[in-house]
Amino acid sequence: MTPIVEARQFGVQIGGNAVLREVNLGVRRNEILGIIGPAGSGKTTFLRCINRLGDLEPSLSTTGTLSLDGTDVFSPGTDVAALRRRAGMVFAVPNPLPRSIYENIAFGPRLMGTRSRDRLDEIVERTLRASVLWDEVKDRLHTSGLKLSGGQQQRLCLARTLALEPQVLLLDEPCSGLDPISTAKIEEAMQELKKQLTVVLVTNNVKQAARASDRTAFFLMGEMVEVGDTGDLFTHPRDKRTNDYISGRFG
Amino acid sequence: MRLPPRFVHVAMLGALWTVTLVAVAALIGIVGWVLAKGLPSVTPGFLFSMPQASGAEGGIASVIAGTLFIILGAVAIATPLGVGTAIYLVEYTRESWVTRVIRYGADCLAGIPSIIFGLFGYVFFVITLGFRWSILSGSLTLALMSLPTIIRTAEVALRSVPQGYREVSYALGSTRWQMVWRVVLPGALPGIVTGIVLAIGRSMSETAAVIFTAGTVLPDGIPHSLGASSRTLAVHFYLLATEGDPETQHTAFATAAFLVLAILVINVSAYTAMHRFLARFR
Repeated sequence: MTPIVEARQFGVQIGGNAVLREVNLGVRRNEILGIIGPAGSGKTTFLRCINRLGDLEPSLSTTGTLSLDGTDVFSPGTDVAALRRRAGMVFAVPNPLPRSIYENIAFGPRLMGTRSRDRLDEIVERTLRASVLWDEVKDRLHTSGLKLSGGQQQRLCLARTLALEPQVLLLDEPCSGLDPISTAKIEEAMQELKKQLTVVLVTNNVKQAARASDRTAFFLMGEMVEVGDTGDLFTHPRDKRTNDYISGRFG
Repeated sequence: MRLPPRFVHVAMLGALWTVTLVAVAALIGIVGWVLAKGLPSVTPGFLFSMPQASGAEGGIASVIAGTLFIILGAVAIATPLGVGTAIYLVEYTRESWVTRVIRYGADCLAGIPSIIFGLFGYVFFVITLGFRWSILSGSLTLALMSLPTIIRTAEVALRSVPQGYREVSYALGSTRWQMVWRVVLPGALPGIVTGIVLAIGRSMSETAAVIFTAGTVLPDGIPHSLGASSRTLAVHFYLLATEGDPETQHTAFATAAFLVLAILVINVSAYTAMHRFLARFR
């Protein structure tokens, strides 16, 4: 099987500075790939290139190739909106749109022209169940998404992204501001979700990567230092810098 | 010598109270005076009958209709142009000399006295384009006058929509226009409506620009075409009040009182309608 996401000699420059250099990394289908590394190591930039959200930074340019399911993400003919549905993203800060829980989830399907109430009802219930939020909100689907707690908001954002039916789920430090119980629920959801899709999990929390991911990649200062099975990487890191980072010597 | 902070606090509190009181009192005084002098004459008969004896007698039904048409026309022209320009400036371009020129132009336009707009409207719409003194010429002129207000308030409102909402919208697979239409515009609506309401208020109270373009003809029936000449309420009041004839004073003040009330009602209903619409976006 070819990797679902594959970076080859992939580099990113923003305003003339190299933010990522010659990254070679394949994300396997139906795995959870954790990406760890200190702030400024380029892990979020990498994530935002997969769905081309990096385009919002006008001075961003790339070298090498980055492909999603075999097609080059940066090729000129790419339908960016369609790409972003295939690679759905959840941000570090929970960011529901100012509308009801229901309408937050229906946002993506509505963009695609889904109008049928039954269909939308079904999507809302299915995605809320998948993000372990259904039981908490099923009686108030039409209240504002902004009224939920931070942890609930983040699971709402996860449900909203799942409503796009993505092939790849890009999680950008999804638990950075959350309490341990909400974090556990999101990790629980990930384990269930990887049966259908692939998860790329950027995290500042080394323990989370150790707990939740199948494989882990370590980024440092724009370089992908090493990648391996989570068990191996955390017990026998090949690179000294990885060892220093996971044992808490810096970062 | 340093004053005791406690004393300064009390003195400043008193001073701020006083200036606020003066400002509010001036507003209530002026509006109250106009309403007190005019309101007793604002009767259904006055509002729904045609003017007689050059406005000294009878009602203002045709003037109300003329005002309504001119203002509706102006808003219908200025809103899409103004909001469209603001959307272009905020969402579709990056900051460059072009956007700076557009913005600077809008600011200059906002500072131009209304009589200059009147003169331009007279020369361009009335004479050159041959629209004559008409509702159409008046609407076009007021639309031009309202544009800077609408552009700048809409621009500020659009910029105040958090950048994160745009990112989310993109991440959920929307095109730029879907993002603008479904996320940014609802978020910016309160500010945009404020700009439009402000422009309506200023257009309704405008005299100089309309005298030159819509004319001063007192219509004896409801105007039935865009080419018809008409007075607005403000012009009607101005002409009656400057005649200095005690006979016309009570109709003049009744017109003024109705104008003030009408602006109030428009403001309140615009905001109510907007809040009802926005209830699903919170």
